[in-house]
Amino acid sequence: MARALIEALNLEVHYGGITAVKGISFAVEEGELVCLIGANGAGKTSTLKALARMIPSSGEIHYRDDRLDRLPSHALIGKGLALVPEGRGIFTRLTVAENLAMGAYHRNDKGEIGADLERIYAMLPRLAERRDQVAGTLSGGEQQMLAIGRALMGRPQLLLLDEPSMGLAPLMVDKIFEVIRTVAAQGVTILLVEQNARLALQTCTRGYVMESGRITLADTSAHLLADPRVRAAYLGE
Amino acid sequence: MNRKTIGFILVALALLALPLVLTQVGTAWVRIANLAILFVFLSLGLNIVVGMAGLLDLGYIAFYAVGAYVWALLASPHFGLHLPFWVILPVGALCACVAGAVLGAPTLRLRGDYLAIVTLGFGEIVRIFMNNLSAPFNITNGPKGITRIDGFSVGGLDFRATDTFLGIDFTGPAKYYYVLLLLLLGVIIVNLRLQKSRIGRAWVAIREDEVAAKAAGINTRNVKLLAFAMGASFGGIAGGMFAAMQGFVSPESFILHESIMVLAMVVLGGMGNVWGVIAGALLLSFVPEFLRYTVEPVQKALFGHLLVEPEVLRMLIFGAALVLTMRFRPAGLWPEARHQKEMGEMKEADA
Repeated sequence: MARALIEALNLEVHYGGITAVKGISFAVEEGELVCLIGANGAGKTSTLKALARMIPSSGEIHYRDDRLDRLPSHALIGKGLALVPEGRGIFTRLTVAENLAMGAYHRNDKGEIGADLERIYAMLPRLAERRDQVAGTLSGGEQQMLAIGRALMGRPQLLLLDEPSMGLAPLMVDKIFEVIRTVAAQGVTILLVEQNARLALQTCTRGYVMESGRITLADTSAHLLADPRVRAAYLGE
Repeated sequence: MNRKTIGFILVALALLALPLVLTQVGTAWVRIANLAILFVFLSLGLNIVVGMAGLLDLGYIAFYAVGAYVWALLASPHFGLHLPFWVILPVGALCACVAGAVLGAPTLRLRGDYLAIVTLGFGEIVRIFMNNLSAPFNITNGPKGITRIDGFSVGGLDFRATDTFLGIDFTGPAKYYYVLLLLLLGVIIVNLRLQKSRIGRAWVAIREDEVAAKAAGINTRNVKLLAFAMGASFGGIAGGMFAAMQGFVSPESFILHESIMVLAMVVLGGMGNVWGVIAGALLLSFVPEFLRYTVEPVQKALFGHLLVEPEVLRMLIFGAALVLTMRFRPAGLWPEARHQKEMGEMKEADA
């Protein structure tokens, strides 16, 4: 079996005396679209933040030939790993164009950056219309698109998406997931953390279910969608 | 020649002629202009930390103190050292830079109010050190301060005495003015370049969202330390020139009030915009002085006698002016372009 693109072994995250993630192991293969679902406080976001080195954790994180747990967060984008943080984390007082440019901060291939920018504008025309607008004045959905677009400007191979549907109107959520599918179709591997379990499972090929810091189920989306435990706990049936 | 060039030349000529005109009014005004330029240095330095990187610093005057004391110790009879300016100014800037990094290192995880409290403490620590480093080894001469500090001098030219060139008398303060103007030009160019540079963009990114900045590949720790260090080095240069001009330094020149004043200049002028910050510094330097000279005669002319203590009224008017400016120009007199844009768009959204 080929080595997974990213693999976590015995990942643990502590906040003071509280253990938010209790030694979980999982892997995402190249080209996969995988989701991590679970209730509020299950440890999904902590897991993602630990992968992106935004918070300290113990356990091993393998990414290609690197050990992410030994790298600082700012080194990851150069390795092809981009995080779209929870709550979007856009630079509210910069324009849309400036935000996108920040996504390519670590790159110095100017011509290519320009081409990527046009590619992202073509994929997300709403951003193109608003390229000179200050990002703080965008709607929530547009901000989420911007956050995804900015991450793509770093030319990631692995995209970590944290709750992209949070606080958005249902119509906008559909649009965001459409974008996620498009990005995945372009060959970007995606690990998606999402509370909207139904939509996440319908979009992804595989899923992990987290419950109070542990992975309790791991299966294909089709199986998870059919699993009575998932249906009862997360799909409201 | 286009209009921009003509405007530039006119401003340059006006700036060059200014001390000669002010000398006619009174040499005190040239001194005030010199101090105003020093405050421009300080405000631009603080603007890097507060305006660009978004790190609220309430102890910035400490770096001014470091620069001033470096000059005082290296060019006065206190230690018997009399080094030339081209040694002292860089050493002063470097010491302030190191002090900036020393302040920055333990505060990397702090933001906003918490950072403000720590920096406030740092400013006080530096001042109290200056006040007490007189025993067992007399380094700073304590509250008495250091006197008979060497002035600025280039070759044989002493910047304290009056000289006559081409039939025009140049007083000491007028000559200092030209040195400061030259330094100011350098400082402004550096700041404008920083604002547009890669590092300037990184500062703005950490100001806006630190997690996203990290995710974009910015080494937030180094970039923050750099903001503290670079901001501090401008304070160090200003401090050195201050010591040279005054010939005397003591801890009481570096009290908290001065830090707040510099912060007010940055905020009132328009955080993040070099030109706005310069305008803020000039305004807040000149207005109190202007009031000092007008409050008393105006009262006498209106009422025939003094109604209110001039010093009280002066600060009252000054305070009211600050409040009104921030009420009607909340982003500063001359805000950063993007800030202005955002406020405008928000108004539209409200409508």
